[in-house]
Amino acid sequence: MVPVSYYVGLSAVLFSIGALGVLIRRNPLVIFMSIELMLNAGNLAMVAFTRMFLVLEGQIFVFFVMTVAAAEVAVGLALIVTIFRSRHSIDVDLMSNLKG
Amino acid sequence: MTVELALFFILAIIAIGSALGMLLSSSTVYAALYLVLNFCTVAVFYILLNAPFIAMSQISVYAGAIMVLFLFVIMLLGTQSVPPSKVLPWQRPVAMGLALLLAAEAAYLLFVRGAAAGSIPQPVESFGSPQAVGRALFNEYLLPFEITSVLLLVAMVGAIILTRKEKGRR
Repeated sequence: MVPVSYYVGLSAVLFSIGALGVLIRRNPLVIFMSIELMLNAGNLAMVAFTRMFLVLEGQIFVFFVMTVAAAEVAVGLALIVTIFRSRHSIDVDLMSNLKG
Repeated sequence: MTVELALFFILAIIAIGSALGMLLSSSTVYAALYLVLNFCTVAVFYILLNAPFIAMSQISVYAGAIMVLFLFVIMLLGTQSVPPSKVLPWQRPVAMGLALLLAAEAAYLLFVRGAAAGSIPQPVESFGSPQAVGRALFNEYLLPFEITSVLLLVAMVGAIILTRKEKGRR
Protein backbone atom coordinates (compact mmCIF):
# COMPACT_ATOMS: atom_id res chain seq x y z
CA MET A 1 0.00 0.00 0.00
CA VAL A 2 1.36 3.41 -0.97
CA PRO A 3 1.63 5.79 2.02
CA VAL A 4 -0.75 8.71 1.93
CA SER A 5 2.15 11.14 2.39
CA TYR A 6 3.46 10.17 -1.07
CA TYR A 7 0.17 11.24 -2.62
CA VAL A 8 0.18 14.48 -0.65
CA GLY A 9 3.77 15.14 -1.75
CA LEU A 10 2.86 14.53 -5.38
CA SER A 11 -0.10 16.86 -5.05
CA ALA A 12 2.18 19.54 -3.52
CA VAL A 13 4.57 19.23 -6.48
CA LEU A 14 1.70 19.49 -8.97
CA PHE A 15 0.29 22.49 -7.12
CA SER A 16 3.67 24.24 -7.21
CA ILE A 17 3.99 23.60 -10.95
CA GLY A 18 0.52 25.06 -11.44
CA ALA A 19 1.34 28.14 -9.38
CA LEU A 20 4.55 28.61 -11.37
CA GLY A 21 2.53 28.34 -14.58
CA VAL A 22 0.12 31.05 -13.44
CA LEU A 23 3.06 33.30 -12.59
CA ILE A 24 5.36 32.90 -15.61
CA ARG A 25 3.08 32.19 -18.58
CA ARG A 26 1.34 35.09 -20.30
CA ASN A 27 -1.07 33.19 -22.52
CA PRO A 28 -4.39 33.30 -20.61
CA LEU A 29 -5.34 29.83 -21.90
CA VAL A 30 -2.21 28.31 -20.38
CA ILE A 31 -2.84 30.27 -17.17
CA PHE A 32 -6.31 28.73 -17.07
CA MET A 33 -4.86 25.26 -17.61
CA SER A 34 -2.47 25.89 -14.71
CA ILE A 35 -5.42 26.83 -12.51
CA GLU A 36 -7.08 23.56 -13.48
CA LEU A 37 -3.85 21.76 -12.57
CA MET A 38 -3.89 23.36 -9.11
CA LEU A 39 -7.54 22.43 -8.54
CA ASN A 40 -6.66 18.91 -9.58
CA ALA A 41 -3.74 18.76 -7.14
CA GLY A 42 -6.08 19.86 -4.35
CA ASN A 43 -8.55 17.17 -5.36
CA LEU A 44 -5.82 14.53 -5.27
CA ALA A 45 -4.82 15.51 -1.72
CA MET A 46 -8.47 15.47 -0.67
CA VAL A 47 -9.06 11.97 -2.08
CA ALA A 48 -5.85 10.76 -0.42
CA PHE A 49 -7.02 12.03 2.96
CA THR A 50 -10.45 10.53 2.32
CA ARG A 51 -8.74 7.18 1.88
CA MET A 52 -6.71 7.69 5.05
CA PHE A 53 -9.56 8.68 7.35
CA LEU A 54 -12.16 6.51 5.59
CA VAL A 55 -14.79 9.24 5.36
CA LEU A 56 -16.80 9.36 2.17
CA GLU A 57 -17.51 13.10 2.39
CA GLY A 58 -14.14 13.95 0.83
CA GLN A 59 -15.12 12.25 -2.42
CA ILE A 60 -18.46 14.09 -2.44
CA PHE A 61 -16.67 17.41 -2.06
CA VAL A 62 -14.20 16.53 -4.79
CA PHE A 63 -17.22 15.97 -7.02
CA PHE A 64 -18.52 19.44 -6.13
CA VAL A 65 -15.09 20.98 -6.79
CA MET A 66 -15.17 19.40 -10.25
CA THR A 67 -18.54 20.97 -11.07
CA VAL A 68 -17.37 24.37 -9.83
CA ALA A 69 -14.25 24.00 -12.00
CA ALA A 70 -16.43 23.23 -15.01
CA ALA A 71 -18.56 26.33 -14.39
CA GLU A 72 -15.45 28.46 -13.89
CA VAL A 73 -13.90 27.24 -17.14
CA ALA A 74 -17.09 27.99 -19.10
CA VAL A 75 -17.28 31.58 -17.85
CA GLY A 76 -13.52 32.17 -18.02
CA LEU A 77 -13.17 30.94 -21.58
CA ALA A 78 -16.13 33.12 -22.59
CA LEU A 79 -14.32 36.11 -21.07
CA ILE A 80 -11.11 35.25 -22.96
CA VAL A 81 -13.02 34.98 -26.24
CA THR A 82 -14.71 38.34 -25.61
CA ILE A 83 -11.39 40.03 -24.80
CA PHE A 84 -9.78 38.52 -27.90
CA ARG A 85 -12.62 39.85 -30.05
CA SER A 86 -12.18 43.41 -28.84
CA ARG A 87 -8.37 43.52 -28.52
CA HIS A 88 -7.18 40.97 -31.12
CA SER A 89 -4.47 39.88 -28.71
CA ILE A 90 -4.49 37.53 -25.75
CA ASP A 91 -1.28 38.66 -24.06
CA VAL A 92 -2.23 39.26 -20.43
CA ASP A 93 0.54 41.83 -19.96
CA LEU A 94 -1.16 44.08 -22.51
CA MET A 95 -4.50 44.04 -20.70
CA SER A 96 -3.68 46.93 -18.43
CA ASN A 97 -6.23 49.42 -19.72
CA LEU A 98 -7.83 49.96 -16.34
CA LYS A 99 -4.48 50.95 -14.84
CA GLY A 100 -4.51 54.62 -13.82
CA MET B 1 2.50 -4.70 -2.56
CA THR B 2 5.66 -3.53 -4.32
CA VAL B 3 3.78 -3.62 -7.62
CA GLU B 4 1.51 -0.84 -6.39
CA LEU B 5 4.49 1.21 -5.26
CA ALA B 6 6.20 0.80 -8.65
CA LEU B 7 2.96 1.76 -10.40
CA PHE B 8 2.72 4.83 -8.18
CA PHE B 9 6.24 5.99 -9.00
CA ILE B 10 5.88 5.44 -12.75
CA LEU B 11 2.57 7.33 -12.77
CA ALA B 12 4.00 10.08 -10.57
CA ILE B 13 6.85 10.59 -13.02
CA ILE B 14 4.36 10.73 -15.90
CA ALA B 15 2.16 13.18 -13.99
CA ILE B 16 5.01 15.54 -13.07
CA GLY B 17 6.52 15.24 -16.54
CA SER B 18 3.25 16.07 -18.27
CA ALA B 19 2.66 19.00 -15.89
CA LEU B 20 6.13 20.35 -16.73
CA GLY B 21 5.42 19.72 -20.41
CA MET B 22 2.25 21.78 -20.12
CA LEU B 23 4.21 24.52 -18.39
CA LEU B 24 7.08 24.65 -20.88
CA SER B 25 5.51 23.88 -24.27
CA SER B 26 5.20 26.93 -26.46
CA SER B 27 2.22 25.58 -28.40
CA THR B 28 -1.14 25.89 -26.65
CA VAL B 29 -2.48 22.72 -28.28
CA TYR B 30 0.44 20.68 -26.94
CA ALA B 31 -0.12 22.21 -23.51
CA ALA B 32 -3.77 21.11 -23.58
CA LEU B 33 -2.83 17.57 -24.66
CA TYR B 34 -0.19 17.33 -21.91
CA LEU B 35 -2.86 18.39 -19.44
CA VAL B 36 -5.19 15.63 -20.70
CA LEU B 37 -2.39 13.12 -20.04
CA ASN B 38 -1.94 14.56 -16.56
CA PHE B 39 -5.67 14.27 -15.80
CA CYS B 40 -5.68 10.65 -16.96
CA THR B 41 -2.77 9.73 -14.65
CA VAL B 42 -4.52 11.46 -11.75
CA ALA B 43 -7.62 9.40 -12.57
CA VAL B 44 -5.52 6.24 -12.18
CA PHE B 45 -4.38 7.57 -8.78
CA TYR B 46 -8.03 7.94 -7.81
CA ILE B 47 -8.63 4.29 -8.70
CA LEU B 48 -5.63 3.32 -6.54
CA LEU B 49 -7.19 5.34 -3.70
CA ASN B 50 -10.55 3.47 -3.78
CA ALA B 51 -12.42 6.25 -5.57
CA PRO B 52 -13.64 4.75 -8.85
CA PHE B 53 -16.59 7.14 -9.16
CA ILE B 54 -14.31 10.18 -8.83
CA ALA B 55 -11.91 8.61 -11.33
CA MET B 56 -14.63 8.19 -13.92
CA SER B 57 -15.97 11.71 -13.41
CA GLN B 58 -12.40 12.97 -13.66
CA ILE B 59 -12.07 11.33 -17.08
CA SER B 60 -15.46 12.44 -18.36
CA VAL B 61 -15.60 15.94 -16.84
CA TYR B 62 -11.95 17.05 -16.89
CA ALA B 63 -10.29 15.10 -19.67
CA GLY B 64 -13.50 15.03 -21.69
CA ALA B 65 -15.64 18.12 -21.31
CA ILE B 66 -13.28 20.78 -19.96
CA MET B 67 -10.34 19.99 -22.22
CA VAL B 68 -12.56 19.75 -25.29
CA LEU B 69 -13.84 23.23 -24.40
CA PHE B 70 -10.23 24.41 -24.14
CA LEU B 71 -9.37 22.91 -27.53
CA PHE B 72 -12.43 24.55 -29.11
CA VAL B 73 -11.35 27.95 -27.79
CA ILE B 74 -7.77 27.35 -29.00
CA MET B 75 -9.14 26.60 -32.46
CA LEU B 76 -11.30 29.73 -32.26
CA LEU B 77 -8.50 32.05 -31.25
CA GLY B 78 -5.85 30.51 -33.48
CA THR B 79 -2.63 29.11 -32.12
CA GLN B 80 -0.79 32.38 -31.88
CA SER B 81 2.19 32.35 -29.58
CA VAL B 82 2.79 35.22 -27.22
CA PRO B 83 6.27 36.78 -27.74
CA PRO B 84 8.56 37.30 -24.73
CA SER B 85 7.42 40.16 -22.57
CA LYS B 86 9.13 43.51 -22.37
CA VAL B 87 6.61 44.93 -19.91
CA LEU B 88 7.65 43.01 -16.82
CA PRO B 89 11.14 41.53 -17.42
CA TRP B 90 11.90 41.10 -13.71
CA GLN B 91 8.77 39.07 -13.08
CA ARG B 92 9.96 35.68 -14.35
CA PRO B 93 12.93 35.09 -11.99
CA VAL B 94 10.91 36.35 -9.04
CA ALA B 95 8.07 33.97 -9.96
CA MET B 96 10.47 31.02 -10.18
CA GLY B 97 11.91 31.87 -6.78
CA LEU B 98 8.49 32.16 -5.20
CA ALA B 99 7.31 28.86 -6.71
CA LEU B 100 10.44 27.14 -5.37
CA LEU B 101 9.68 28.68 -1.98
CA LEU B 102 6.12 27.30 -2.14
CA ALA B 103 7.39 23.82 -3.00
CA ALA B 104 10.00 24.01 -0.21
CA GLU B 105 7.33 25.04 2.30
CA ALA B 106 5.11 22.14 1.26
CA ALA B 107 8.04 19.70 1.47
CA TYR B 108 9.00 21.02 4.91
CA LEU B 109 5.45 20.62 6.25
CA LEU B 110 5.25 17.17 4.73
CA PHE B 111 8.46 16.01 6.37
CA VAL B 112 7.60 17.54 9.73
CA ARG B 113 3.97 16.45 9.88
CA GLY B 114 4.03 13.59 7.40
CA ALA B 115 5.47 11.13 9.90
CA ALA B 116 2.26 11.33 11.93
CA ALA B 117 0.18 10.35 8.91
CA GLY B 118 1.58 6.87 8.61
CA SER B 119 -0.68 3.87 8.66
CA ILE B 120 -3.59 3.43 6.29
CA PRO B 121 -6.59 1.52 7.57
CA GLN B 122 -7.93 -1.26 5.44
CA PRO B 123 -11.28 -0.15 4.03
CA VAL B 124 -14.45 -2.19 4.08
CA GLU B 125 -15.33 -3.75 0.78
CA SER B 126 -17.83 -1.14 -0.41
CA PHE B 127 -15.87 1.98 0.59
CA GLY B 128 -15.93 4.55 -2.20
CA SER B 129 -18.05 2.42 -4.48
CA PRO B 130 -20.39 4.28 -6.82
CA GLN B 131 -23.37 2.95 -4.83
CA ALA B 132 -22.04 4.40 -1.58
CA VAL B 133 -21.16 7.74 -3.19
CA GLY B 134 -24.56 7.95 -4.85
CA ARG B 135 -26.36 7.13 -1.61
CA ALA B 136 -24.48 9.88 0.26
CA LEU B 137 -24.94 12.31 -2.63
CA PHE B 138 -28.71 11.85 -2.83
CA ASN B 139 -29.41 11.59 0.90
CA GLU B 140 -27.24 13.88 3.04
CA TYR B 141 -25.97 16.08 0.21
CA LEU B 142 -29.11 16.45 -1.87
CA LEU B 143 -29.42 20.22 -1.40
CA PRO B 144 -25.78 21.01 -2.39
CA PHE B 145 -26.23 18.68 -5.36
CA GLU B 146 -29.28 20.62 -6.55
CA ILE B 147 -27.51 23.96 -5.93
CA THR B 148 -24.72 22.64 -8.17
CA SER B 149 -27.20 22.30 -11.01
CA VAL B 150 -28.30 25.92 -10.51
CA LEU B 151 -24.62 26.95 -10.52
CA LEU B 152 -24.04 25.17 -13.83
CA LEU B 153 -27.15 26.82 -15.28
CA VAL B 154 -25.90 30.26 -14.19
CA ALA B 155 -22.48 29.55 -15.71
CA MET B 156 -24.10 28.50 -18.98
CA VAL B 157 -26.27 31.63 -19.14
CA GLY B 158 -23.24 33.77 -18.26
CA ALA B 159 -21.09 32.22 -20.99
CA ILE B 160 -23.84 32.74 -23.57
CA ILE B 161 -24.40 36.37 -22.57
CA LEU B 162 -20.67 37.14 -22.53
CA THR B 163 -19.99 35.75 -25.99
CA ARG B 164 -23.22 36.91 -27.66
CA LYS B 165 -22.78 39.37 -30.50
CA GLU B 166 -24.83 42.47 -29.81
CA LYS B 167 -27.22 42.99 -32.67
CA GLY B 168 -28.43 46.50 -31.80
CA ARG B 169 -25.03 48.15 -32.00
CA ARG B 170 -23.45 48.46 -35.40
